[in-house]
Amino acid sequence: MSGRTLYDKLWDSHLVSQRDDGSALIYIDRHLLHEVTSPQAFEGLSLAGRKPWRLDANLATVDHNVPTTNQAAGVAAISDPVSRLQISTLDDNCDELGITQFKMADLRAGIVHVIGPEQGATLPGMTVVCGDSHTATHGAFGALAHGIGTSEVEHVLATQCLVTKKMKNMLVTVTGPLGLGVTAKDVILSIIGQIGTAGGTGHAIEFAGEGIQSLSMEGRMTVCNMAIEAGAPVGLIAVDQTTIDYVEGRPFAPKNEDWLRAVEVWADLASDSNAVFDTEITIDGGLIEPQVTWGTNPEMVTGIKGAVPNPAGIVDPIQRGSIERALNYMGLKGGQSIESIQLDRVFIGSCTNSRIEDLRAAAKVVEGKRVSDSLIQAIVVPGSGLVKAQAEKEGLDQIFRAAGFEWRDPGCSMCLAMNADKLGRGEHCASTSNRNFEGRQGAGGRSHLVSPAMAAAAAIAGHFVDVREWI
Amino acid sequence: MQQFISEKGLVVPIDRSNIDTDQIIPKQYLKSIKRTGFGVNLFDDWRYLDPGEPGMDHSARRINPDFVLNDSKFNGATLLMARDNFGCGSSREHAPWALVEYGFRAVIAESYADIFYNNSFKNGLLPVVLAAKELEYLFDKSLGDLPLELMVDLPSQTVKGPDGFETRFEIDSFRKTCLLDGLDEIGLSLAEADGIRAYENTQRQRTPWLF
Repeated sequence: MSGRTLYDKLWDSHLVSQRDDGSALIYIDRHLLHEVTSPQAFEGLSLAGRKPWRLDANLATVDHNVPTTNQAAGVAAISDPVSRLQISTLDDNCDELGITQFKMADLRAGIVHVIGPEQGATLPGMTVVCGDSHTATHGAFGALAHGIGTSEVEHVLATQCLVTKKMKNMLVTVTGPLGLGVTAKDVILSIIGQIGTAGGTGHAIEFAGEGIQSLSMEGRMTVCNMAIEAGAPVGLIAVDQTTIDYVEGRPFAPKNEDWLRAVEVWADLASDSNAVFDTEITIDGGLIEPQVTWGTNPEMVTGIKGAVPNPAGIVDPIQRGSIERALNYMGLKGGQSIESIQLDRVFIGSCTNSRIEDLRAAAKVVEGKRVSDSLIQAIVVPGSGLVKAQAEKEGLDQIFRAAGFEWRDPGCSMCLAMNADKLGRGEHCASTSNRNFEGRQGAGGRSHLVSPAMAAAAAIAGHFVDVREWI
Repeated sequence: MQQFISEKGLVVPIDRSNIDTDQIIPKQYLKSIKRTGFGVNLFDDWRYLDPGEPGMDHSARRINPDFVLNDSKFNGATLLMARDNFGCGSSREHAPWALVEYGFRAVIAESYADIFYNNSFKNGLLPVVLAAKELEYLFDKSLGDLPLELMVDLPSQTVKGPDGFETRFEIDSFRKTCLLDGLDEIGLSLAEADGIRAYENTQRQRTPWLF
């Protein structure tokens, strides 16, 4: 008999009932909420006269829509009335029902996928859902985590369960060691470049191998965060000592006897050696270069020493058409070198890359240098109030400010440009975020996804450069 | 949940792969706390030539005449056709809300992103999966002067068109039943409340730190 994958184990331990029609009811341990995908769910719950099943499984914060300047002035000071109403609606819903929420300007507030792990509210072996596709992030802890829609947010509030169907298992092994200056972001972009934006559709991807195990928890979160950009709602990494060390002592983490028991239970959160995966892929981590996206979805990516593809050389007409359309939107020429792409803005932040390690990596590149005069703006947006405070304690804010970066309050910011932080039409941005879709960072904006160190180096140079030559 | 049984209607062909939810409904409209009002901003960046913001009079905006949805021959269309990986990206349920409010009852594509696929069923929007070859044929047919009309029938899981075109599509039985009956999923799950409580009691012993 074959063994079980990590995903199989998490599924089995959360199965409430398997229905005859192929669907299943699984139990949700942690439900994270934010202002954008929850108001309609709270309204639906109220209209149906229902109450939350279990209050303490929920944790809410505001992130997508908050301003990243002067949050201390409070919600009433938000100038956009539509944003203000959405943020105050979450505050009201949480207050009324008694749901724990970190409100704007609370030191513990920030991007939902940063604060969950930071608080120990995300634990190994849990199921975690949130009305946000980047919930895959939490899989870095050996937790079964994925994004859900607003109807499902309402369903989880009402029942503490989700109606779902088991996914297939995929294993992506990244051999190691990674090259100097190559980060978790480069690993995941490289994986997406190889398997494509739909390569993981219908699958839970487990990331394994030395190239993954050698990463810190911050790096592992970056990898799992972007599983969804390869089409997989779930990314997973087995629990090891790195995981345990990160979780220990965090506010929501188990204590004393519970901690000892938990660590014992968590030891089993890895795929059995004889587990069978539906799909297996191995990537040579040593060959991965710092990555830069050139197109309008994350699979349109290449190494820093590479060039934008020439559509004339593509045989498949649909693929050729999509590359032509992407280059037209991006204002790039086929064959153009990646290093020749000139930038207008640089954004360091988002649930992919706004944790303390990301800011340290960027600050290290920036220290003692100046942002290129050719840039309109370079901003750093920490992932949470606590990340911001830690960075300030280490003097990173001073390094960024001295170089000409703006140092902001926490939030999703320019990753999806729901607030005032956005690209202008035609502007190129080196961004540490996760999506380079048309208009994602502002109507007509041109996004290039990179690691924090690559974004920092690009800010100094005014165009993309190989950060490996700077270290 | 909105019911779906069958739909006979005109097909709007958007000949693209990887249509993401940021294209289906751009982020600025996600500031709304309502479930409605998104139809007028469906495919906003492609549909209008000038930038849009919530609260503005969208009827006064400049229409992009090159975008297929704006072609008057597709007025009243209820079916949307695209290539593979439709609905990739963000989990926003505003995407199916916008499609449904615009008037679409079904989407026909080669494949869908998982979260969008799931969200569609919750809103009575049927995502039909057809093979690349069949889509190639239907895209060809949709390029004529007259719009293509198709019949999507859920009980028989078929798509029928002109010149004897007929094909079967696959769908999970539980999703099919929910759509055909317009079932309240929360009500169905709450019918298993005893089972949920029993699960919680067991887990409280095994993993007390999760409670």
